[in-house]
Amino acid sequence: MSESATVSHSSEGGEDRFLAHHFGSAQQQFDAGKLGMWLFLVTEVLFFSGLFCAYAVYRSLHPEAFADADRFLDVSLGAANTIVLLFSSLTMAWAVRAAQLGQNELLKWLLTITLACASLFLGVKAVEYAHKWEIGVLWAGSFQPLEHSDQHGVALLWFCVPAVVTLFGLGIAWTVAWTIKARILAYWILLLLASNAAFFIGVGAGKAIPAVEHAILGSIGQEQSHDEHHGETPAPVAAAYEFEGMIVPTTDSAETKQVYTGVFFSIYYVMTGLHAVHILAGMGVIAWILWRTLKHHFGPNYYGPVDYVGLYWHLVDLVWIFLFPLLYLIG
Amino acid sequence: MTASHSPAQSHSHASHHVTPVRQLLAVFGALVGLTILTVILGQLNLGSWEIAVTMTIATIKAALVALFFMHLRYDSGFNAMVFGFSLLFVALFIGLTMIDAEQYQPDVVPPKPMNEAAVEPKERASPE
Repeated sequence: MSESATVSHSSEGGEDRFLAHHFGSAQQQFDAGKLGMWLFLVTEVLFFSGLFCAYAVYRSLHPEAFADADRFLDVSLGAANTIVLLFSSLTMAWAVRAAQLGQNELLKWLLTITLACASLFLGVKAVEYAHKWEIGVLWAGSFQPLEHSDQHGVALLWFCVPAVVTLFGLGIAWTVAWTIKARILAYWILLLLASNAAFFIGVGAGKAIPAVEHAILGSIGQEQSHDEHHGETPAPVAAAYEFEGMIVPTTDSAETKQVYTGVFFSIYYVMTGLHAVHILAGMGVIAWILWRTLKHHFGPNYYGPVDYVGLYWHLVDLVWIFLFPLLYLIG
Repeated sequence: MTASHSPAQSHSHASHHVTPVRQLLAVFGALVGLTILTVILGQLNLGSWEIAVTMTIATIKAALVALFFMHLRYDSGFNAMVFGFSLLFVALFIGLTMIDAEQYQPDVVPPKPMNEAAVEPKERASPE
């Protein structure tokens, strides 16, 4: 993936320009890069599996507490995010194909759409996180679910601040680039602006989908659909027993259950939060590939970086494919 | 669509498989279909089958992404083997930890020692 120039044989955007000196051939460079990315993906899989392990242990030991958490999670939003991410995987895989065939224009648009899907995903996530924040559904130790939120949307504004700041920054950057006539840079920033604006489409979808669902299902589906006003007060504890001098409650007494539901949300926030960090990193790398696309670096003879970034993006999708059912569809 | 090859290049790129658009769209369609299926099944109460069914569908989706989107089906087998090893180690990781967890559960101190009387409703404080 190195851009260092060798004793160049051609000035075109062929593989000679990007063939690093320590590789014998372009094919070898491609294969080495691919293996390198797969090895990195192996570390990523093991990275996430630590969290999956925590989930597995706590779920097996406290299944009712985990099932209880289900009422705070909106399946529709999770499913929508899954579809969005699957679509972004499609556009990313298609982008690799476009790079292989030298279809630079198509490659550019597919990468931009992939970025937009990523922003959309984060927008929906922002709505989910903000809602949970407002009703006190936090991590263990701070898990105090309220029946009603008295803040009405303030948290969502805070969650939108990074996106707003990014858009403003990009807007200023575009103005500067356009002024100094850095055409390609300005165009690139414009594409980033457009795809980042999709964050707010995600926020809109995140608010609209539950509202539409509520309107359609009405009171019939209220037990199944996510209802933020449907809280449960803890029932009085059952009898306890003594164990080595301590009074131990029977498993899943109300207060213990609440503590372990808090643990579920600790795991939920770390898993989805870490996944969101990976989405952000992926957006950064895809933006870099988009820049290189605008510079016409890629073609049938050289498309490795597009391929490798694609692999990373598919892994982010893979993680979500497992996160979604485990977190949203239990109980 | 192939570019001309410079004389210095020693390998052709004929071995690089280009995924047909139809295949990409077909895989995407299957993934969406499986997602809908898993959501529907998630609404039903399958009891002890719940996690097995959910994980099976998720694994099929993951296999589709890995084999087609990530190109493992058309790559040399080495990359697939590397990835397969990671899954093996994940299985060991979770499997052995689960065995341990079950073993020591009776010794785990519960989060809050409680009295035999009914629990008093906790005051609803704002999140810390």
